[in-house]
Amino acid sequence: MTELTLAPVDAPGAEPGADARGKRLGPWARRLGSLVAQAVVTLLLVSALVFFATQALPGDVARLILGKTATPERLAVLREQLGLDRPVLVQYWDWLSGVLRGDFGESLANHEPVTSLIGERLVNSLSLALAAMVIIIPVSLLVGVVAATHRDSWFDKAFLGLSMVINALPDFIIGTLLIALFATNVTHLLPPVSIIPVGDTPWQHLTAMILPVATLATSGVFYLGRLVRASFIDVTNSEYVEMATLKGLSRRVITYRHALPNALAAAIPAASLVAAFTIGGVVVVEYVFNYPGIGMLLVESLGNQNLPVIQALVLIVAVSYFFFNRLADAFERR
Amino acid sequence: MSRDDVKPAPAQAATAAAAGGAAAEATPATPSRWARSDLARVLRSGQVRAGLIMTIIMVIFAIVGPFLAPRNPNDASGGPGPYNPPTDGFPLGTDNIGNDVLSRLLAGGIHLAWMAPASAFTAVLLGAVVGVVAAYYGGVVDMLLMRLMDVLLAFPLVVFIILFVSMVGPKPWLLVVLVVIGMVPGVARVLRGAALPLKEREYVLWATAAGIPARRIMLREYLPNIWSPLMVELGMRLMWSIGALASISYLGYGIQAPDFDWGTMIEESRNGLQTQPWAVLVPVLVIVLFTIGSNIMAEGAARVVARTEKDR
Amino acid sequence: MAYVEVKHLSVAIGDGSLIVDDVSLELEAGQVLGVVGESGSGKSTLALAMLAYARRGAQITGGQVLVGGIDMLQLTGRPLRLARNGTVAYVPQDPATALNPKLSIKRQISEVLTEPLSQRPPIVAAALASVGLPTKPEFLRRRPGALSGGQQQRVALAMAIAPGPGLLVLDEPTTGLDVTTQARVLELVAKLCRERQMAAIYISHDLAVVADVADKIAVMYGGQFVEIGTAEQVTTAPRHPYSRALIDAVPSVRRRLRLGAIPGRAAGLMPQRQGCVFYERCTLAQERCGVDDIGVQLMPDGAQVRCVLTSEPPAAPRVIVDEADPAAGASESALLVKNLAAGYSHHRVLHDVSLTVGPGECVALVGESGSGKTTLARCLIGLHPRQAGEVLVFGDELAPLARQRTAEQRRDIQYIFQNPYASLNPRRTVGDSIAVAVKFLGGASGPAVQAEVAAALERVELPAALAQRYPAELSGGQRQRAAIARALVCHPKVLLCDEVTSALDVSVQASVIELLRGLLEEGLSMLFVTHNLAVVRSIAHRATVLEKGRIVESAPVERLFAAPEHPYTQELLANTLELAAAAGQ
Repeated sequence: MTELTLAPVDAPGAEPGADARGKRLGPWARRLGSLVAQAVVTLLLVSALVFFATQALPGDVARLILGKTATPERLAVLREQLGLDRPVLVQYWDWLSGVLRGDFGESLANHEPVTSLIGERLVNSLSLALAAMVIIIPVSLLVGVVAATHRDSWFDKAFLGLSMVINALPDFIIGTLLIALFATNVTHLLPPVSIIPVGDTPWQHLTAMILPVATLATSGVFYLGRLVRASFIDVTNSEYVEMATLKGLSRRVITYRHALPNALAAAIPAASLVAAFTIGGVVVVEYVFNYPGIGMLLVESLGNQNLPVIQALVLIVAVSYFFFNRLADAFERR
Repeated sequence: MSRDDVKPAPAQAATAAAAGGAAAEATPATPSRWARSDLARVLRSGQVRAGLIMTIIMVIFAIVGPFLAPRNPNDASGGPGPYNPPTDGFPLGTDNIGNDVLSRLLAGGIHLAWMAPASAFTAVLLGAVVGVVAAYYGGVVDMLLMRLMDVLLAFPLVVFIILFVSMVGPKPWLLVVLVVIGMVPGVARVLRGAALPLKEREYVLWATAAGIPARRIMLREYLPNIWSPLMVELGMRLMWSIGALASISYLGYGIQAPDFDWGTMIEESRNGLQTQPWAVLVPVLVIVLFTIGSNIMAEGAARVVARTEKDR
Repeated sequence: MAYVEVKHLSVAIGDGSLIVDDVSLELEAGQVLGVVGESGSGKSTLALAMLAYARRGAQITGGQVLVGGIDMLQLTGRPLRLARNGTVAYVPQDPATALNPKLSIKRQISEVLTEPLSQRPPIVAAALASVGLPTKPEFLRRRPGALSGGQQQRVALAMAIAPGPGLLVLDEPTTGLDVTTQARVLELVAKLCRERQMAAIYISHDLAVVADVADKIAVMYGGQFVEIGTAEQVTTAPRHPYSRALIDAVPSVRRRLRLGAIPGRAAGLMPQRQGCVFYERCTLAQERCGVDDIGVQLMPDGAQVRCVLTSEPPAAPRVIVDEADPAAGASESALLVKNLAAGYSHHRVLHDVSLTVGPGECVALVGESGSGKTTLARCLIGLHPRQAGEVLVFGDELAPLARQRTAEQRRDIQYIFQNPYASLNPRRTVGDSIAVAVKFLGGASGPAVQAEVAAALERVELPAALAQRYPAELSGGQRQRAAIARALVCHPKVLLCDEVTSALDVSVQASVIELLRGLLEEGLSMLFVTHNLAVVRSIAHRATVLEKGRIVESAPVERLFAAPEHPYTQELLANTLELAAAAGQ
């Protein structure tokens, strides 16, 4: 009996142009268009922030790289090499147009193109994140649904209690504990550091991957499993599930046909969010295991002020993190 | 309109019992306003109390610790050398360069003890302001604020912090500022989400129609109704800021030598995990107790909130 | 033996409080029993118990539900499931939430059938056809979200009747539908029961609806059937004091009646209850009513009453209120709206709306959902921007938005909202909420504020102690009164009431209407926005009918109800159920 009239309290005649556009393109295309436009603007700002943080913030970049003892001649050479003598906006534009062509410049350490330096590391990191997600999604669905359908059982209680602990642990602590358990103190089943020779893919060295993947998967499963459990319980309490019971349907049909699809729809944004968290986690986890991926490379490059590499890596991480966050939002709003 | 016959469990039963008194005007048994407020409701929960006590104990431990350290935590001379297992006088053994682990453990929490709560409180405060302002004004203000938040949200917290720290230099105040900037967008989004439905609530509409100033509407009509999510956020953000600060130290971008904290202790001795596990596992334990305490608090608050939402 | 027999059915919650208390009934195939009750009477719980189902926290504690000789409560497992889709079927209150949003209509109907898959499509098609829905494959593939509210309710009906049940349980199936849609659904239910020889239990808070569809009526209060009899007997000669009070509270579209409120508050749940459930509110209660166990009395005409009074005093005739318009001949308008247009950038909600409210007059703005009546009210109060037109209060022109108006202008026109549960801030005491109005608009300060608050509460007949309470601790009616008090402390010249009674029970509605009538008599002018024509008749002097954002008819109420001119008004009036008419008077 409520009228669905949302009164725009403060915005008389909001978005006049958007409407005409919407009628021609259809609401779906219009929404996609505005999402993409927003994403492009946001990513431009992200790239600007990355660039200015690295190139403008430290003051004299050349001195930062070469140290206090550098001679004026060497500083001048480096400045010219980096283009630091030009206005910042010009530098940004050069960098950005390079990035858009896939050219991130040269590493300061060995003058190797950043792209080729990153390439293999990126494959290693993606393998890590992918393997973790492949485990996280089905396992947390299973665990979440079982905990929800057996609410207040020992399994549910154990899961809730354990997740309260695990969700509180930073990734590097989970990693350290796994090393203690499986690679040093308790057992010696697995290597404590992940050695993957240059030129090999991580899949050729599965034992090197197990612990890093397990670290990411542990934190992901307990986080996503909790959300799956909660959304499944929400759905179970819904009126349509009550109606399904009143229609005389079997428990199996109610769980799998009526409850699960709706619970999954609610869990998808959470899964995208976990994907984003996993990208953030990769950086730390790689450091814990000395895993040769972009996270490890980032920490090293930050240590020796290798600006082009830092810029490239932070941008890659930010873009993918942003992508999954956005994906979560998009699913959430549907 | 939902006329639900079964649900009127505790809340309505209580009011029904009080109804007799209402007619008689005198209502001496009504609990005080404080007792009925959201904050009191949350603090009455056993789980929240347990988490809070655990967190406070850890903070006190970290603050008092430096005074109790039996040795100079930065002086390995006179010790048994690096990675020595527990012995007399060194109950937790020594670390990678032979410092006393117990003394370092006691002295290494002081930074975390002030930085984590400071950044969590500031982030929740600023996030609440941004979220409520965005929700209240809507339109262009909302759009600009939230797009700005999106830019900051594009960075994983740890990456964001180490990027700026390595450019500007590791200073404690900078770490706090960065944790705050990194966490504000998340808080703002949650609280904007909580405040948005209030916009169409009749009491807010009434206040708008009555011409009550914006600041007063935000403070007096919005704020009391988002206390609950705010408290949950506070617990969560405390947990995350402890985790983030410890991770930063572990990566080597936090507190710098000769100063140290629990995160750096783990990093320094991690290669000796096999021979001297105490040097790693003991700082792990205290960080874990600290984060678990705040998580128990946050989850307890979330439970109370879910329960009270159901009653309304 | 009757086809449906319920014997001493009870449902309790954890502490032993009975939500359904010793309910018995008999129903023949093809008969419809209407169960009428206010919120908290236990009627929805009863509906679910007919399917041997209780919600979390509640439990069926005793009795029998015999349908075709089989006790539903004794069944478990597969036989129970088969009985739920084959013998007793349920139609939910709100199909928008009770239909699964992710499954097609076809799937949701066909899954209740036990026939082999290949034989199901014609049964599904037949069920859809009999509720008047298309049977095209495109339609069958739709999900509930793509249907209108009326269509969703028909799908729920089709789902219920498809397996050919012997008993249909309908829980407020027309709540939330427009009167026209409601009339069609009621017609359909009656037709289905007749044609298929189905028994039905129709549950509603609306006595007129129940009287329209039912052969027998049960009046439910505090979990008990306090009276059960033929539809005609219950609506024309009710015996139980509660039934009588309830009928006295129902407004009529024929005459302007004074509405009888029931004093006190609906019975709460208590583990141990003594005496009559209605004892505390009953005007005829005797001492023993509070102590004795009140049994069911069988009347000579077959009716059953749970009351100790066998020889009832004759019911007092209802009071007809004077309909003279106090504003007749007045030269000035309290509220004048000229050619108002409003809406959103892409579609206009209100077109060229003009209306006037005279001093001391109550004008009803009548419209169904989507007519734009709430938008209009919000334009007047300054919450929604207008695109054209003028609004004047006693000749003083108001700016479009509240913040552009002077404090005086904001004070002059006050708004009371539809939803009493959100009109006061849940985190502030009632007294605080009213005090803010006093400080900002009432012009008082210091100790005078509390005095004003107390005076306002007294004026709306609320105890002063309620100022210390939070809204959640008040009943819906009390909250609505508190909201009225907040408006009154501003000393308004015009009061806008937006569907103020639509969320309230009929007995509470009666008390709020009578309160507003008192304010009118004190000289306040009022614009009363509603979809309920009987409420219009009870209080308004003139009525303006709004259809799709345009005013189609505006006339004094006697004229409008006696001889509506516009087809839309005629249709509205024809579909509005009248208690006396429904009972065949």
